[in-house]
Amino acid sequence: MTQLDVTEAAAGATVIRGRARARRRRGLTGRSIAVLVFLTMCALFFCVPLYVVLTTSLKTMEEIRQGQIFALPETWTFEAWNFAWNEACSGITCEGLKVGFWNSVRILVPSLILSISLAMVTGYALALWEVRWAGTFLFLLFLCAFVPLQIIMFPLIAITRTMGVYGTIMGVAVVHSVMAMPVLTLIFRNFYKDIPREIMNAAIMDSGSFWKIFVEIILPMSGNILIVVLILQITNVWNDYLVGVTFGGFNTQPMTVNLANMVTVSTGTATYNVDMAAALLTAIPPLVIYFMVGKFFVAGITAGAIKG
Amino acid sequence: MPRVSFEHIVKSYGGLNVLDDLNLSVEHGEFLVLLGPSGCGKTTLLNLLAGLTDVTDGRIMIGDRDVTDLDPKDRGLAMVFQSYALYPTKSVRGNLKFGLSAAKLPREEVARRVDWAAKLLQIEPLMDRRPSQLSGGQRQRVAIGRALVKHADVLLFDEPLSNLDAKLRTEMRLEIMRLHDELNPTVVYVTHDQIEAMTMATRIAVMNGGVIQQFGTPDEVYERPANLFVAGFIGAPAMNLRQGRIAKADGGVAGVFDTGERIALDDYAFARAPQEGAPIVIGLRPEHFGAPNAPLDGAAGRFELPLQHTERTGSDATGYLHWGDGLLSHRVEPGDAARLRPGDTISVAFPRGKANLFDAASGERL
Repeated sequence: MTQLDVTEAAAGATVIRGRARARRRRGLTGRSIAVLVFLTMCALFFCVPLYVVLTTSLKTMEEIRQGQIFALPETWTFEAWNFAWNEACSGITCEGLKVGFWNSVRILVPSLILSISLAMVTGYALALWEVRWAGTFLFLLFLCAFVPLQIIMFPLIAITRTMGVYGTIMGVAVVHSVMAMPVLTLIFRNFYKDIPREIMNAAIMDSGSFWKIFVEIILPMSGNILIVVLILQITNVWNDYLVGVTFGGFNTQPMTVNLANMVTVSTGTATYNVDMAAALLTAIPPLVIYFMVGKFFVAGITAGAIKG
Repeated sequence: MPRVSFEHIVKSYGGLNVLDDLNLSVEHGEFLVLLGPSGCGKTTLLNLLAGLTDVTDGRIMIGDRDVTDLDPKDRGLAMVFQSYALYPTKSVRGNLKFGLSAAKLPREEVARRVDWAAKLLQIEPLMDRRPSQLSGGQRQRVAIGRALVKHADVLLFDEPLSNLDAKLRTEMRLEIMRLHDELNPTVVYVTHDQIEAMTMATRIAVMNGGVIQQFGTPDEVYERPANLFVAGFIGAPAMNLRQGRIAKADGGVAGVFDTGERIALDDYAFARAPQEGAPIVIGLRPEHFGAPNAPLDGAAGRFELPLQHTERTGSDATGYLHWGDGLLSHRVEPGDAARLRPGDTISVAFPRGKANLFDAASGERL
């Protein structure tokens, strides 16, 4: 596909040769060819493994054993996908990935709501209201954003156990929210900092209420940054393994943990087609969200027109 | 009666006093303009009144209420901002309504007031649009409407016209004056534009460096500037200000410029008796000069100087003459301006009783 683009670009260059000389000359320099070659290689670097994963997941085990990993499947079958979703064993339970999928969803929703709402209000307060020690607080948040999870893992386990949420879905969601707070708060704070001071002053003179201004004025202006944060946070939470495997209980593990258990089987043969299908199933949800929300994102940019 | 007064106001930022012991009060229904160059403290003063910044020391009174420590929404004020500050996600109607949200009014009353303001400002066809769909002038009307619906006794304006083009600015100026005549609120209006100040104000407070230089009606400020700053700031083209000395001769008083010209000062109302040889600054308004090369009855002084250039600004023209190391500007009829050639020696006369005198050392009016 990328190669197709290259030839198309070349064809385009030929077409405009007649009317735009300067442009044609620029289009043919060695530098731009080098860029195209480099980009093509980058694309191949990701596309080739993806191609192998995709085709392998659609093959039968017999075909895979023939060892031609680049060949297209002779018989196309979704058998492996069905098996991965419904029947594959993860540990001692053999109910497929769907268990992990729903666990992940049940982790995702509360952690999104918790982290985004908290970070939003904190960012709003820090950016637009006079908060005592706001500078110190921001600096601490900034420091916290650089603390890796591994360092605070043990105390966090003790804390969640004391709170009684260790090994539950809520536990995983809470840890995700807490871990996301510093970065999300900084993002919201920086976004709200750019809201013109006069709008805030007008709102203070009109209403003066912290929550009324937030709900009626600030929240409707936050569309773009919400989308950005949503994409960031959904990708983070969904692709997480460490928090899930540490804080999730036996039956409350997210999809990634489920997948890992399924793939690292120690008995019998490795069923590559099922593994590949399971990996793809796990990777799809953030992609779907990304494309869906990304569309709104573009719509938001064109319709927004915040600046007066 | 909402009489707004500032009493011994001190405002400091990190140890630096921006305003120091400032006193100012304005009567009910007056149109007070705070006029001054950028950074003179006029917007700070307005924000203090609005409650958007806290005073370091002193007291602000509205009527007989001490509002110094009240929240902005409780002060009974409405404000129009320079950048309009409309809520971008709300319709025009929503913007007007939100302005009433602190008041907790019944629904019908809100609707009645919004309709009233819309009618008054002729923005009825725009009520369902977003601010981004409005032109600058329309946005300004909405911003004024948002302030008016509150029925506040005191209206604050923070350079509301500086983002508009010249024509719209004139229109909105008239509009604001009409609203003031109709509704008669107390207005505090901040601007750096002296034309706005001269045309709209009932009183002007000229500020510089956090200090009120002069407080008076537009005529007073223009005709009798209290000091050199006001004299130089008010008026376009600016007043000619030149160093000179007092000279007493033949029982009369005259000013002698350092460049040698004399001007009779017999009709000047000195606050104190002038002293021979005292250094002064003499201020001559360009529009008081007589026509070039024409006689003038009872002229106080006459200047014969080479013309540098003339400048035409529509209905007016100004001639600039080489005068020592500076220029002397004088108003010319636009028709005459075309006949004057740079390099020609022009003779202009200045009438009696129009000069302004300032102490050269203190800058205060004599």
